[in-house]
Amino acid sequence: MGSRTRVVGVEDDRGAERGMPSFNSEWPVSNAGYTERQTIDSFCVSDFGAFDQSYRIADAVDLSRNSVYNSVKVSSQTISPVSVHISSLGQLPASLEKSPLTNQTELHRLRLQKGQSSNSGTTVVGNTDNQEESAMADASPRTDISTDVDTDDKNQLYDRNLSIVAVSDSSDRSKDKSDQKTLRRLAQNREAARKSRLKKKAYVQQLESSRLKLTQLEQELQRARQQGIFISSSGDQAHTLSGNGAMQFDAEYARWLEEQNRQTNELRAAVNSHASDTELRMIVDGILAHYDEIFRLKGVAAKADVFHLLSGMWKTPAERCFLWLGGFRSSELLKLLVSQLEPLTEQQLMGITNLQQSSQQAEDALSQGMEALQQSLAETLSTGAPASSGSSGNVANYMGQMAMAMGKLGTLEGFIRQADNLRQQTLQQMHRILTTRQSARALLAIHDYFSRLRALSSLWLARPRD
Amino acid sequence: MDRVKDLASKKAAVIFTKSSCCMCHSIKQLFYELGASPAVHELDNDSYGREMEWALRGMGCNPSVPAVFIGGKFVGSSKDIISLHVDGSLKQLLMDARAIWF
Repeated sequence: MGSRTRVVGVEDDRGAERGMPSFNSEWPVSNAGYTERQTIDSFCVSDFGAFDQSYRIADAVDLSRNSVYNSVKVSSQTISPVSVHISSLGQLPASLEKSPLTNQTELHRLRLQKGQSSNSGTTVVGNTDNQEESAMADASPRTDISTDVDTDDKNQLYDRNLSIVAVSDSSDRSKDKSDQKTLRRLAQNREAARKSRLKKKAYVQQLESSRLKLTQLEQELQRARQQGIFISSSGDQAHTLSGNGAMQFDAEYARWLEEQNRQTNELRAAVNSHASDTELRMIVDGILAHYDEIFRLKGVAAKADVFHLLSGMWKTPAERCFLWLGGFRSSELLKLLVSQLEPLTEQQLMGITNLQQSSQQAEDALSQGMEALQQSLAETLSTGAPASSGSSGNVANYMGQMAMAMGKLGTLEGFIRQADNLRQQTLQQMHRILTTRQSARALLAIHDYFSRLRALSSLWLARPRD
Repeated sequence: MDRVKDLASKKAAVIFTKSSCCMCHSIKQLFYELGASPAVHELDNDSYGREMEWALRGMGCNPSVPAVFIGGKFVGSSKDIISLHVDGSLKQLLMDARAIWF
């Protein structure tokens, strides 16, 4: 019988090294003949990321069962101990609950027991190896894949060892009960080792998929960088970015936000500590000047890359929800503020209401202009002869169309500029209508609102997805 | 120059535009919204269009269109109009020139 000879061969091999098994020496043995084992080999060596874990579990179970049945074939006297063997396998669910550690301590006890029996030579070695194997499996899940193969080998050979031992002990009645316990414990130990193996495989699989995901993300990042979307990397300072208008603007905007946060905190502290009007006015003027700064930066960016501003990619997702011509809607902001600014005098209330109405009207006018632009652009690109005919007249038409369309796109910059102008004027008019203290509260409210939108964006981006 | 002034004095609210200019469209819409009915002159459809544009630029209007005149006086381009509208001055100017009544 091929299996028996193999067992002997491996035993010799094991007898040769008592310490940590050297995996390389086991390879030639495991590659010989046995088809199922070869299947394992090929699976382990091939692309691990495609692995189906459940398949492996079934595989392992089948193999251990097969080894049992093989040993059944080996000797005909083996019915009772082997049935014990099988029933111990049947105890799988219970043993799976056991932690590998308890199995190891039991194993240790087992070894001591076994040390006393006469024909325990090979099994002790088997035990040691197995214990070390499971210990290794638990302690260092980073061992290479080949160990799985070897563990499989060892456990199958181990199974066969056991069944052979069981066979030879079947005649000895006094040792029957302890052998049963032994077998049960060994089966549990096998289970624990198998569980560890499966855990290791799962972990490696996870690593593989994470690695794939990482390369995917890197590719996306590369693509996005090419498109000019600003992505800050860990050591990359904004000063080194140049030329690309979008990235430059994003860097400037990030700096602007930081400064605004600082100024707002200063304002909040001053308001809470009931600072004097002069002090408040100084801080408020500083914040308004800072707003002027961002509008100036946006003007520069509009010349470089108007579509970047229009896209709102420099803002967080939730802010983008409310995007209008590359920024916020002043009329909406005023609506939110009115309730928070009370008490207002009659005159102030009228002023704020008028301001809200004026900004709404201006926004509508600009929106209509944008719609007209869209329509005009669409018309420009859709008229003309079909592209199939290649006469020079059509080419001239095509080029004329493109030239006209280019001109229209150029006017987008003007729209963004006027939209920002509207925002800037609205803020300044608001400041004129309100008292210093009210302006301070208004600026705090505006900043808090946008902060919350940005926080919402972060939460949204980090939400758990199935 | 004379033609510009001439046309500008003919009505309380006068806007010089170009048919292709969408910002002009925005400013026109704003005036309609306010209830004013401005006289609109398209420079690209006027035989003296080029001279008029040159004259408007000379007045400091950049871009040359839209150019707004209220009560015969030059007010400005789109940027000025929006700024004036936000602080309420535009409405006042229109009322003073009798372009609107409320």
